[in-house]
Amino acid sequence: MTESKFVPKTIYVTYIAATPERVWAALTGAEFTKQYFFGRDIEIEPKVGGSFAMRMPDGRFDIKGRVIEWDPPRRLAVTWGVAFEEFRALPESLVTYEIEPMGGSVKLTMTEAHQWDVPDAILAGGRQGWPLILSSLKSLLETGKPIVVGVKVGPPKEMLEAVKDAVAKKPWRAAVTQ
Amino acid sequence: MTEPKFVYVTYIATTPEKLWQALTEGAFTRQYWFGQTIESDWTLGSRVVFRSGSDVHDYGEVLACEPYTRLSYSWRVEFHELFRHEKPSRVTFELEAMGAEVKLTVTHDEFEPGSKVHAAVSNGWPLVLASLKSLLETGRGSTLTTPDKLCGAKERAIALAEDAA
Repeated sequence: MTESKFVPKTIYVTYIAATPERVWAALTGAEFTKQYFFGRDIEIEPKVGGSFAMRMPDGRFDIKGRVIEWDPPRRLAVTWGVAFEEFRALPESLVTYEIEPMGGSVKLTMTEAHQWDVPDAILAGGRQGWPLILSSLKSLLETGKPIVVGVKVGPPKEMLEAVKDAVAKKPWRAAVTQ
Repeated sequence: MTEPKFVYVTYIATTPEKLWQALTEGAFTRQYWFGQTIESDWTLGSRVVFRSGSDVHDYGEVLACEPYTRLSYSWRVEFHELFRHEKPSRVTFELEAMGAEVKLTVTHDEFEPGSKVHAAVSNGWPLVLASLKSLLETGRGSTLTTPDKLCGAKERAIALAEDAA
């Protein structure tokens, strides 16, 4: 697989009063992710080509992929396959975290890239989730407490319909060769 | 072609009332917005001014003001000739209480075609809003948005606008 096929579709930038090492630890350590990533534990092999997964509180994995870049404490890139229901049939995306030290703080950039022309209705899922996840990560590192939104936030309804539609039509067949 | 638009969402452990105060009162904005104070009486059509010391950097007009829910103003960027000739753009803050947190959505739109302001703001907003979140959650804005960083922020905005040209 070549990474150049992936086109950035969603980018989220935030600034965190923490060291690059702390931000790296929070991105790659389950004791952190379970607090800010909707209760999920990360399981990641610390090397390029290693396995990557996110485990839900009920023990099942809903995200699976591989480590593409492992450069602590600067860059982490993983392929990102959603491992439940219809989502399983979608091509993987590529999620990259870039950590830049800046005057005692860190600029954190998350880029979600895709290898096919993903409809906005599907991108809406990440565009809803990432701001909450990364806001919570920032709060956790700066205050010791994550953001716990009292209101249940599920995937947008249009997203589920768009996934069903895409899985039926497989518009990525031309773009993706695996 | 879609209109250029900048949208940023963040979640802040605070109340809509405190967030509203932080958006509308100069004593708060100067702690997270490069030392700039915002000034307005926040009635529809009133002037909004961004000031640092005696300098006015930007100004606009109140377009919507629904306390603790929605604030919108037009925005003319004054600090450099690259931006000054453009028609004012529009910024809208939407506040939504969600349990013990507030979801803040910032939408900056109504740029003119080929806007240099649009190219410049996409860099600045994440920093200002990260600093606002830090201020409300920890009592301190980001060290990256202190008054002495204003010059650097302006230079970056100008560089981005020139790159986009």
